[in-house]
Amino acid sequence: MNAELPPHMHPSRSFQGLILTLHNYWANYGCAVLQPYDMEVGAGTFHPATTLRALGPRAWNAAYVQPSRRPKDGRYGENPNRLQHYYQYQVILKPSPPDLQELYLGSLAAIGIDPLLHDIRFVEDDWESPTLGAWGLGWECWCDGMEVSQFTYFQQVCGIECAPVAGELTYGLERLAMYVQGVDNVYDLNFNGREGEEKVSYGDVFLQAEQEYSRYNFEHADTAILHQHFIDAEKECIALLAAGAVRPDGQPHRMVLPAYDQCIKASHVFNLLDARGVISVTERQSYILRVRNLAKACGEAFLQTEAGGFQSAREAA
Amino acid sequence: MPDLLLELRSEEIPARMQRKAAEDLKKMVTDGLIDAGLTYEAARAYWTPRRLALDIRGLTARSHDVHEERKGPATKAPEAAIQGFLRSAGLASIEEAHVHSDPKKGDFYVAHIVRPGRAAEEIIADLLPGIIRSFPWPKSMRWGAASGPKGRSYGGVEGRGGDSLRWVRPLQSILCTFGPETGEPVVVDFEVEGVRSGNVTYGHRFHAPQAITVRRFEDYAASLEAAKVIIDADRRKEIILTDAKNLAFANGLDLVEDEGLLEEVSGLVEWPVVLLGEFEEEFLAIPPEVIRLTIRANQKCFVARPQGEAEALANRFLLVSNIEAKDGGREIAHGNGKVVRARLSDAVHFWKTDQADVPDLGQLKASAEKLALDLGKPLDQRMARLDHLGVTFHARLGTQGDRVQRIVRLARGIAPLVGADPELAARAAVLAKADLQTEVVGEFPELQGAMGRKYALLQGEQPSVAAAIEEHYKPQGPSDRVPDDPVSVAVALADKLDTLVGFWAIDEKPTGSKDPYALRRAALGVVRLALSGERKLELSKLFALVFGWQDEARIEKELEDYEAALTAGNSGDVDGEEDFDNAISGYERRIRQEAAAKAGPMIADLLSFFHDRLKVYLKDQGARHDLIDAVITPQADDLLAIVRRVEALGTFLETEDGKNLLAGTRRAANILAAEEKKGTAIAGAVDPSLFREETEKSLFEAVSKAELEAREAIGKEDFSAAMRALSNLRAPVDAFFEHVLVNDEDAAVRANRLALLSRIRAATGEVADFSRIVA
Repeated sequence: MNAELPPHMHPSRSFQGLILTLHNYWANYGCAVLQPYDMEVGAGTFHPATTLRALGPRAWNAAYVQPSRRPKDGRYGENPNRLQHYYQYQVILKPSPPDLQELYLGSLAAIGIDPLLHDIRFVEDDWESPTLGAWGLGWECWCDGMEVSQFTYFQQVCGIECAPVAGELTYGLERLAMYVQGVDNVYDLNFNGREGEEKVSYGDVFLQAEQEYSRYNFEHADTAILHQHFIDAEKECIALLAAGAVRPDGQPHRMVLPAYDQCIKASHVFNLLDARGVISVTERQSYILRVRNLAKACGEAFLQTEAGGFQSAREAA
Repeated sequence: MPDLLLELRSEEIPARMQRKAAEDLKKMVTDGLIDAGLTYEAARAYWTPRRLALDIRGLTARSHDVHEERKGPATKAPEAAIQGFLRSAGLASIEEAHVHSDPKKGDFYVAHIVRPGRAAEEIIADLLPGIIRSFPWPKSMRWGAASGPKGRSYGGVEGRGGDSLRWVRPLQSILCTFGPETGEPVVVDFEVEGVRSGNVTYGHRFHAPQAITVRRFEDYAASLEAAKVIIDADRRKEIILTDAKNLAFANGLDLVEDEGLLEEVSGLVEWPVVLLGEFEEEFLAIPPEVIRLTIRANQKCFVARPQGEAEALANRFLLVSNIEAKDGGREIAHGNGKVVRARLSDAVHFWKTDQADVPDLGQLKASAEKLALDLGKPLDQRMARLDHLGVTFHARLGTQGDRVQRIVRLARGIAPLVGADPELAARAAVLAKADLQTEVVGEFPELQGAMGRKYALLQGEQPSVAAAIEEHYKPQGPSDRVPDDPVSVAVALADKLDTLVGFWAIDEKPTGSKDPYALRRAALGVVRLALSGERKLELSKLFALVFGWQDEARIEKELEDYEAALTAGNSGDVDGEEDFDNAISGYERRIRQEAAAKAGPMIADLLSFFHDRLKVYLKDQGARHDLIDAVITPQADDLLAIVRRVEALGTFLETEDGKNLLAGTRRAANILAAEEKKGTAIAGAVDPSLFREETEKSLFEAVSKAELEAREAIGKEDFSAAMRALSNLRAPVDAFFEHVLVNDEDAAVRANRLALLSRIRAATGEVADFSRIVA
């Protein structure tokens, strides 16, 4: 496939070429290629296409890029490896296919990583998200000692056992791109694969944003307002779940997705507060627990929807 | 006899679980085979990241027939009983049963049941699915379509809900062959959740992914090796170690060996290839331990020293890859080097940050004053920060800052007892925990102490202060080195005593196998510190001191809380205020009384815990258990004195005088015990006017003298002199028993003689409780 690509689309030259190659690969497999979720999240897992769709009995295969925000990781654009905003490439296959490892290795081959030239390894790394009440077993995938992906078999999400189990692949796109492009500084990545005046670098796109958001995350975010946002989001989430709850006539839950948005919001606000350093060690635990309770309630409500495998009384009859 | 070969191939098994899993598999299978009536000659387990294998040799081909006789009802029994017997014995009709006769009970039925032996293959096929389903992985998972709910199918595979197989990672294939040494082995046929056993395996994931047909262990191991898989983990370790050493040597380096890392790395590869990587020399400015741990923890690589160096590292590292790369490993080494560099950059950043001012320096004044810290120095700043942040040591024992404050006081107090300069001890104590606030220790907690020492030297502390920061954690167990610098000893004792008293005061003592705060180790540390330096420490006094300080803080806190509670409920009028003061002073009196009442029993209990630790330690050192018991009294709080007394007593008991005196004392004690039991009168004191025999008189004189001398000698802690004093007793005691009948007809004489015997017991009791000595 690579041979047919024009040079500016090749993953070893172009950040967007890397993304498009992965899109192609997983589209060919049969995934629904989705677009990023339009909210601030800490990782691709938060996208409802993963968190919620991992629940319930229905098969589901999807792939998408998710911009991810980790306010604490901001370095004002001065660290060549750390960003407060970066891209994850997320694949979720449910149930996990028997050849998931081979599929993953195939995707590495598609972006030009030759497993007889590079040392690819699956190193134990069990994944857990305390805020989502989720955990799974899997590995960090190493390429020549660098962690380039996370590979997880979800066992539980929103505190609910996964049945069937989904396989989740998360590629750290910037790291992978730095590897295949052979650059040491993320801001030097070639974004569009062009050269000379036409070239757009990762720094051209994101350096200013990293500087500005670092200022915001660490210095200027108004913690009183954020705190209020957290409380509001929590309240709204609970209210929406109550309002949409399954009615006596057996109709499914009617408002899980808007409620889950509020859960996502609360989680991001918590991350911002954390970056501002205003959350003590003991408070931290209680915030995490509050977000987890929202996630659990959303997960349980999702099972009461059609996408979650719910059959209304009439259907079942 | 036939051999069995089993391989369970899966996706990558965590390195730390492989060895135990392979051994578990061996045990479960061999136990199962034996339970089923088979025997085997040898069994060995193998493993790689992707497979567990088991090679069982000389297995019996079938189990023996088992004959059993089952007694049934009498021949005259009702039909229902006979039918029941037939069913339970598995007989078709009563004609198949035998009739036995019994002279008392008459004739009755007996079933002769023969359970025919089974073919080994059949036994194996029955056994393995259960073992696989119940395998004790520390963490296991479900996967794929089978993990779906019952009643749903995905691509033709039925969901099995809660019954779906759990394995450490998805199980991919099962190989199971069985057969004689010569001749063709067969596949033992069974199935576990859609995985059917066969005679096929696969080689190295990238080098030889094609199927390999296997007959028995020899060709299995050989074909896999040809397919770049070494199934023997110990051989992989050997290869890694040898290759790493050779590669290091060829480059003028010595490998820094690391058994734990070697074990782990051997579980990450099927085909180890050792390569050499490099990083910039400037990173060598950070301490070698930090470099080693950074590279080990994150990259699982080995470090090396320039040949002949004892401490310094080289700017090279050795990595173990899983492939023979097309370019000889150039890309792999280069890639790993990049990651190592990024990690070391972080480490440099930590190392430099730790030597710079903390960002919140302006807020640390109060803490600096409280602990007498010099905020111009980085480590002092970190200690001030530890205090300022109010980091808890334990919810009920206050903050790290308060704890350090106590340790400083105690170290200063202990210093003169162990020959240390109190100021140096106090300085070392106040910096002892400062490195907990450093970035490097945050990243690598195992470097606590060691980093503190380095940073202390960098800020110009006295070498013994710096050493004490590292050594105050020592000794960490029965074989760890005991520090000998007096400053280290003072801080080490202070730290351990504060911890022990603290946890005793809140009643968080070790119980059974549970000792979450390592209090046994701390007490053993105190024991070893006291003994190794021949240091006289009066533990009870020290306990009382520490308990008092800790309590003062507790009482203050309680009073504050009480006052706050009162204020909240107080109306504010004058009378109220007076009552208020009265209430507070009354409350204070009460809690102080409570605390004082608690101190005595707490100290006694802690002391007895120390006695136990001391006994364990001395027993390990080969001391006689009974002598320790004979010498320890509940109040004995000078460990060194206890040990010396045990030694002196042991030496004395080796002598003729000692042996005889022990026998005499025992005899006296036995007589006394017997008479006490009978209720015979024993005089309260010896009355010389009632002596009838010369030997009585001389014994009395000897006893009085020996008792006095022994007591004086003990007072001077001259235990050999005490033993010498006792040895003078031997002759008069022997003579007394030879010439005197204790049980005289005259009750007064008898009572007086018994009193004399109790004086023997009392005199020897000055030195030890002879009744606890086992001959």
